Parts: sequence; C-alpha cells; structure tokens
Amino acid sequence: MTDQNTGTTDLTTQPATLASELFAPGVGAQAGPPTTPASDTGTAGDVQPGAHSHGGPTPTGSPAERFTSTDPDAFGVPTGREESWRFTPMKRIRSLLDGADSDAHLTWTTDLPEGVELTSVDAGDPLLKGLPEPVDRLAALTRQRAGGAAVVRVAKEAQLDRPVSLGLAGTGSDDVVWSQLVVEVGAFAKATVVLDHTGLAKYSGGVTVLVGDGAQVTLVSVQDWAPGAVHGGQYDAVVGRDATYRQVVVTLGGDLVRVVSNVQYAGPGGSAELFGVYFSDETQHQEHRLWVDHAVPNCTSNVLYKGALQGEGARTVWIGDVRIRPAATGTETYELNRNLVLTDGARADSVPNLEIETGEIVGAGHASATGRFDDEQLFYLCSRGIDAETARRLVVRGFFADVVQHIGINALQDRLMASIDARLGALPALDEQPVEVA
Amino acid sequence: MSVLEIRDLHVSVGGDSPTHPDAKEILRGVDLTVRSGETHAIMGPNGSGKSTLAYSIAGHPKYTITGGTVTLDGEDVLEMSVDERARAGLFLAMQYPVEVPGVSVSNFLRTAATAIKGEAPKLRTWVKDVKTEMSGLEMDPAFAERNVNEGFSGGEKKRHEILQMRLLKPRIAILDETDSGLDVDALRIVSEGVNRSRAEGDIGVLLITHYTRILRYIKPDFVHVFVNGKVVEEGGPELAEKLENEGYAAYVKGSGETAA
Repeated sequence: MTDQNTGTTDLTTQPATLASELFAPGVGAQAGPPTTPASDTGTAGDVQPGAHSHGGPTPTGSPAERFTSTDPDAFGVPTGREESWRFTPMKRIRSLLDGADSDAHLTWTTDLPEGVELTSVDAGDPLLKGLPEPVDRLAALTRQRAGGAAVVRVAKEAQLDRPVSLGLAGTGSDDVVWSQLVVEVGAFAKATVVLDHTGLAKYSGGVTVLVGDGAQVTLVSVQDWAPGAVHGGQYDAVVGRDATYRQVVVTLGGDLVRVVSNVQYAGPGGSAELFGVYFSDETQHQEHRLWVDHAVPNCTSNVLYKGALQGEGARTVWIGDVRIRPAATGTETYELNRNLVLTDGARADSVPNLEIETGEIVGAGHASATGRFDDEQLFYLCSRGIDAETARRLVVRGFFADVVQHIGINALQDRLMASIDARLGALPALDEQPVEVA
Repeated sequence: MSVLEIRDLHVSVGGDSPTHPDAKEILRGVDLTVRSGETHAIMGPNGSGKSTLAYSIAGHPKYTITGGTVTLDGEDVLEMSVDERARAGLFLAMQYPVEVPGVSVSNFLRTAATAIKGEAPKLRTWVKDVKTEMSGLEMDPAFAERNVNEGFSGGEKKRHEILQMRLLKPRIAILDETDSGLDVDALRIVSEGVNRSRAEGDIGVLLITHYTRILRYIKPDFVHVFVNGKVVEEGGPELAEKLENEGYAAYVKGSGETAA
C-alpha cells in the first residue's frame, strides 16, 4: 500500500478512485501472477440491495454470502487485492501464507479448574467436521496443517471457580506454528477461558468456541507478543439457544496481528458481546475483522472496539460486518469502533457494514469515529493543574479502561492496564497507592 | 494574601483559521483587581464577554490576548501554561464542564490534587477530605466512581466543579455562571460550598453571572457591570439590586448596542 495518511479520520475505506486503482491489472505492491479472485472477494459495487454502508459512494464490497472452505486451494493465493486482504501488508504476512508444514509448537502453560478437560483429537475426528469452515486461505491452511485440534471441554452445568488459563508462549522458532483449538462448553455451564499469547512466534491459530444452550462463556484472547511476532487467526463462535458469548480481544504486541472473529447463532435467544482493545505503535499492523451472522430470531450482538495509534507507520484496521438475514426477526445489534490517533503518520481504517434483510428487528446501528485528542478535555484537565502530558495519558488510559473492565478478571485487567501505561509512560504518583473513595 | 490584577485586557477570537478569517475583538480594555477575602460579582447581558474574560484568565487556547496584562501577586499569568496557572492558585469553575470518559472522579480529583500540591496527598486524610466535601455538597459517595462529568445532570456538574474548588483550595476562584441551570436547592447547596471557602480562608472570588439570583446566597463585596467587553459601572451590593429592578437596558443602550 502506498497510502500516506497523516490526517485524523479515515472513516471510510478508500474512495472509488483508489478502489478502481487497486483492482486495476498489475497494480499493487504484490503484483504476482494473475489469480482467480476467490469467492469472498466482492469487488466494489457488488453489495446486495439493502446493504447499509458508510463506504462513501462506492460500497465497501462486503459480500452477502461468504465463501468458506476447508480446502486452501479453493481460495487461491491472496495477492493483496482481494477484499479480505486489501488492508493487510502482504509482504509481512507472507511468512505465514508461504509457511511450510511444521511440528513447531508454542509452549503451553495451563491452569484448568475442576470441571475442565484438556484433550486432543486427530484430524479425522467428527468434532472437526462440524466446525464453522475457514473463511480465507490462511485459516484453511491452518485447519489442514494443525492436523487435529486441542480441545478444552467444560462439562454441562459446570460452574468454574476460576478462569481456564492457557498461556501460549512463542519459542522464537522460524517455523510457522499451526494450531487449532476447540473450546466446547456444555449446556448451562459458565466458563471464562483466557488465551494469553506471549513471546516470539510465527503463529497461525484457529479457535472455535461452541457455546452450549444456556451457557455463559467469556473468551479472552490477549496478544501480548514480543516485537517481531506475526499472528494470524480465525475465531469462530457458535452460540447456542439462550446462550451468552462474550469475547474480549486485546492486541498490544507483535509486528503483525490479523484476527478474524465470526459469530453465528445455533438457536434463538443468543447473545454475543465482542469487545476489543488495540494499541499500535510505529511499525505495528493490527487488523481485526468481525462478522456477526444473525440468521435466527431474537438474538443480540454488541460490538465495542477501541484502538489507539502512536508513532510513524502505526496502522490499524477494523472491519465490522453484521448481517441480519430475513429469518432473524427480533434482532438487536449495535457496533462501535473508536480510534484515537495520538501522533502524525499513523493510519486507522474503520469500516462498519450492516446488512438488514428484515424490518422486524428491535434495533440495529453502528458508529465509527477516528480522531485526535479532544482539546477541550485537555483544557479541562490542565485547568486543574494537571500537566498536558499527564492529562493526555489519563485520557488515553480512560479510553481503554472503558473496554478492559469488561474482562472481569482483576489480575488480568491490572496487567493489561499496566502494559498500556507502560506504553504511555508511567502516570506519576498514581500507581503508588490504590485510589479508593468508597 | 493574594491579588489578581487585570489591566487594560484586550482579547479576540478567530483570525487564525480559514473558517474564521477575521479576528473579532471581544474584550476591549478590562480593568479589575480581585484580592484575597473579596468577592466580586461580574454581571452583564449575554454576549458581553463575561465568559471570555473567565476563559482568557484560565488560558483557553481559543482566545488571543491582543493587549494588556494579567498578574497574580505580580507574576505574569499570561506567560503561564494552563496548568501552571492552576498551580499558581487560579481556579475556573466552568459553565459547561467537559466529559472525560473512562476517568473516574476519584482518580481525577486525586491527580489534580497531586499536581496542585506537588505531591500525592496522604491517602487516609484525602479520602476523609473527599467524603466530607462530597457530603457538604450533598453528593452520593457513589459519585466518585463515575466518569468525570459523563452523564451528570446540570446540577451534578456544578456541584462537581465546586467540589474541585473545595479540594484544590485555590487563591482566586472564578465561577463562570455556576448558577445557570440550577434549581433552588442546587443553587443553595452550591452557594453554601462557595461560602464555606470564603469563611475558612482568604480566597478571592470572581463570580460571573447573568442573574442576581445567586447574589441572595453569595453576598458580593463589589459588583461590576460588564457590557460590550468592558466594565462600565462599579459599585457595592446595592448595584446588584438596581440591576435586579432595572435590568441591563440602560447600559446596553449607552454602549451603542441594540438591546436584544
């Protein structure tokens, strides 16, 4: 990409002119051999009637029907011109896409409360056949090469006394780590599962969460990778009848992180909350793509992603697709993405898409805002004697705390806020003592 | 003993961007002296520049000082950054306090107190002080855990401003239309907070208001009538009574402006 954007907002995707450039023959940094566009590659203008998009005069091209397959070759090799890859720096993700089959692993450190079983299944296991299929070539390669899956099972009606914790540490290996995880939570169980990614790795991991009827599941995925790490992943959730699924994605570290999160509902009455926080420094690319598919009645979804960008070349991408199919009456959905651009030379793309195919819904909406620091907030804090730098940190900290508090695990929240603080510089005199006025 | 001296202050807005090509002069030579222990009321019609005076003293970047001086105990206030002015002892209770999402009131207050005092206040006494002041302003303790001004009612915002004044203990406090939008109960509570500060210490208060209502609760020593960017008449509390009965019409007419 040759885009330079030192401006503050990039609420839409590229304007029509740029889109046509992108699809012109031979254009693009990755001009490789011609490929057949994969079925998920909606070109601009390919949006179905009823699509509601803020992509400007040219719709952003999110397809009504997504192509999925377990066969990597069904997708072709991405060039960077495809809708689902056009924001991704292809040079930097090639190490995953071109990665060979390998036996490399992350180092697992687990904490399993009573009622939780960690096992593995091989590639032929029926469990894997029933999972939502990969939506892009990388995810398909991952499913194929993981050669089976690790499975976390939470028994039905289990009420865990503490979170299931999977510490996944990169070992610095040059080989790509291919991994598939299935989290299967039985009916009416209540569980929180934390995936904590650290260290240096080239990692491509699929995660599928099967939420049983009436279950309440929180999945937290922390990307606290060391510099240089590359992480691609497809997260799927299948939300059972009257079940509640909450996902919190926190991306702080690594060189490139591209996480695709999909939600589907297996029965009516399901609820999904998707929270995300990301903080991109110079040279980091952080991409979060969401797809919530409302196909059954009376389900809700709520998406809240917040990101900050700091430093030359800091780059974030947020794509939020929500589809309400004709059968999904009684749907209530809202998605919000906010980006705070802290310095010049950073770029945030934010693309919400909402397709509504029935009028019989409770509500549907989205909002996206990308901007700089609010000068009036700064003035207010400074007028109380707080210096401008501290005021800035206080506001950014507050911006993130708003989302991080949804994790519900104090120790983890504190660690993440400390990590954000470290990025912003320590807040003098505040971390010395806890602040309670109760 | 502190003294805030404003001499021949000229302030304009605009003229610095394509959308506002022409600078507009709002303050046209303001002279005012506020000493510790004194309460000054500045009264004037809408658009006379009262709030501009308040924000200019506090250092809002929107306003350009084109002439004159402002000093606090001889120190040049106009040379100071916004936060330096606050640390020097100036406080502005704003008419429209700003929301700061994700920052709790307790965290904000403590950060501000730390900045003003130069060190973190001792936790035990601080918590007690905050509780005492909140209770004095009839604020629910749960208030401290809410985000700064987020979802506050008009009355809550003004109480929160006065809470800050009580805790930060400025030498000179400027209250910009603190009375606007308050019902009688809230007005009484807020006024009592201001009066506690006046009774306890040697604070100087510059009370900016459109109405005489608040002056029934906070008795000014001096009243200044502010019209068209400057003080046009000065007097004691009796001047407020005159304004109560006669309004601003005479002054507005005298300044050559049409009465709204």
